[in-house]
Amino acid sequence: MIIYGTALLAVCHMLGIVLGDLLGHALGVKTNVGGVGIAMLLLIFARLYMAKKAILPRLTEVGVEYWGAMYIPVVVAMAAQQDMVSALRGGPVALLSAAAAVGVCACVIAVINRTEKNPTEGLAATATPANDLLTETE
Amino acid sequence: MLEIIQKALVQNGLVAAFALVGLIVLLSGQISRRLTMGRVHGSAIAIMIGLALAYWGGTQTGGHKGLADMSLFGGIGLMGGAMLRDFAIVATAFEVQATEARRAGLIGAVSLLLGTILPFIVGATIAWSFGYSDAVSMTTIGAGAVTYIVGPVTGAAIGASPDVMALSIATGLVKAIFVMVGTPIAARFLALKTPRSAMVFGGLAGTVSGVSAGLAATDRKLVPYGALVATFHTGLGCFMGPSVLFLTTKAIVG
Repeated sequence: MIIYGTALLAVCHMLGIVLGDLLGHALGVKTNVGGVGIAMLLLIFARLYMAKKAILPRLTEVGVEYWGAMYIPVVVAMAAQQDMVSALRGGPVALLSAAAAVGVCACVIAVINRTEKNPTEGLAATATPANDLLTETE
Repeated sequence: MLEIIQKALVQNGLVAAFALVGLIVLLSGQISRRLTMGRVHGSAIAIMIGLALAYWGGTQTGGHKGLADMSLFGGIGLMGGAMLRDFAIVATAFEVQATEARRAGLIGAVSLLLGTILPFIVGATIAWSFGYSDAVSMTTIGAGAVTYIVGPVTGAAIGASPDVMALSIATGLVKAIFVMVGTPIAARFLALKTPRSAMVFGGLAGTVSGVSAGLAATDRKLVPYGALVATFHTGLGCFMGPSVLFLTTKAIVG
């Protein structure tokens, strides 16, 4: 049943958020620490475990994959509610520090990524588990 | 008649948002194919249309949530809000290959640390050069250069003034927008091709919104790897900002 997939996703999401809040609390920070990342790890482990036990029918997978495929539309909606006016009103300090921060980080990313041993072996070469719902977006 | 349509749009906000976003994606796909011959990714155009609409919404309402502040488009706020965004990000983890993620674990953590410290130093230095030379203001603006959540959280913790807080949030917002728009353009320079490179990017570029939109507009398959690291960014920044980074800044400028 498709709801099993969506429910699995929801349970991982909630567990991750709660654990992230607990972690934030333990560290004395007023925010969630990596809740979404923890939820992602939980979902990865759940998938590996269920696939091994053969309790992951195709329809359950689709219940998760639908939301993964909805990711780009959700991001578009997210872009449409950014506080663009405040961002542009921040003036030269905001503009300069943001541009410089992005520039410095971009250079470091470029340097680190060039150290990778065989960068020609792109993602296409590694057999990504297929989300057929994504074929259209490529 | 118009009133009935308006009422239907307001009462079915989320459904209306699905239709609107579908329309934006359709339009940007056509623009990508016909006007740029597929050179600019459809998702990149869709995100830029989203940002333009956000600007328009902001000027119309004077609010802080872009298009979502207009009652007709309130559903955009739910669809693109933190809840559904995080739900969709978590769902992308289903495509992650555990072996790839594990292999890049260490370099991901290193870039996460660099991605907090480097923007902070840059932001604090520029704040200093513009005359914000006290430790509290420098730390707050520097933290804003990490992400727009780290900025105000840090500022609130160390008692920054409201105008510095606003500046700090603006810095983070501008950074997120730069990352969203710049990533697909700079993808080749950044060598964004593999899961490992996406994790390095997620750690260094920071801001979940910037990373998630930037990768979505570059290569959808890289999204989960970048997001996996980037989601720790805000937490780490909020942890380091009011503590290590503030104390270090204070020790340096007095």
